[in-house]
Amino acid sequence: MARVIVVTSGKGGVGKTTTSASISSGLALRGYKTAVIDFDVGLRNLDLIMGCERRVVYDLINVVNGEANLHQALIKDKHCENLFILPASQTRDKDALTEEGVEKVLKDLEHMGFDYVVCDSPAGIERGAVMALTFADEAIVVTNPEVSSVRDSDRILGILQSKSRRAIEGREAVKEHLLVTRYSPKRVEDGEMLSYKDVQELLRIPLIGAIPESDDVLQASNQGTPAIHLKDSDVATAYQDVVARFLGEDRPLRFVAYEKPGLLKRLFGGK
Amino acid sequence: MSLLSYFFGSKPKTASVAKERLSLLIAHERSANQPTPDFLPALQRELIEVISKYVNVSADDIKVQLGKRDNYEILEVDITLPEQQPK
Repeated sequence: MARVIVVTSGKGGVGKTTTSASISSGLALRGYKTAVIDFDVGLRNLDLIMGCERRVVYDLINVVNGEANLHQALIKDKHCENLFILPASQTRDKDALTEEGVEKVLKDLEHMGFDYVVCDSPAGIERGAVMALTFADEAIVVTNPEVSSVRDSDRILGILQSKSRRAIEGREAVKEHLLVTRYSPKRVEDGEMLSYKDVQELLRIPLIGAIPESDDVLQASNQGTPAIHLKDSDVATAYQDVVARFLGEDRPLRFVAYEKPGLLKRLFGGK
Repeated sequence: MSLLSYFFGSKPKTASVAKERLSLLIAHERSANQPTPDFLPALQRELIEVISKYVNVSADDIKVQLGKRDNYEILEVDITLPEQQPK
């Protein structure tokens, strides 16, 4: 059975695509055959983050409409052997996505032997976002420690619990995971930012990790390399931990405690 | 200003203000977003039909509400009977 994971948030700009890219890469690095699908029809971006924008020929809508088959549309990732990208359409509008069409794509991926399918949801709560979560078995809810993001995450959780196939058919509920991103331990320490515990208490779903705020994320997207591949980066390590926890391993939470910079660091600067 | 607030106790930190605002808001929105089952209006209408066969009640005398207490859903039907008119 291919396991379908939706990466969602309600709010835009919180790190859904960054997370989709890193988690799908992480699963592939662990040896699982993984596909990552961009559901943001009209505003595709996953291809840029994955660094495959120049190799896009066909997209999700072409496959849904039968204008191309999956073998033609899937782009093999340049970093991982087992990872394939299905980009969103840049020209169509979101109404081109149908439930039957998406269901067929997911079924076909399963027949092709995929272990995981990661669905990168668009922002908002409209059709594209609902389509991305409809067939989910698990959901990674990406949340910034900030009021509007937390509120929107709560809203998307409500939609997950009412509009997903699992909810409608009364099956076992979608397994929800909270991922707090752009986390700044110093600002939390100073009382300027909600802590991951606060966010978890508010949303009441299990925490799968916290990704520190970091300049590295921009560096990664500049190059089209998913952040999980970066060397000597806290963000990369944090995403590797998330993937490990997702696969059931026990990893202590890192990068959430503020360490005061030492004297040398304060004198000579440095990151 | 910062020196004064340092000595005389400062304002609450903004993170705790955020948490308080969110906990109120989320509790409110969760209860508001509970989809009301669409059978409620029909149920109310049919109840009025049945009851008015026997007692003289108007639509305003019957209230049907779906509430929630902890993990239980409560269907509340409130019927106000007209005062007995001596015949």
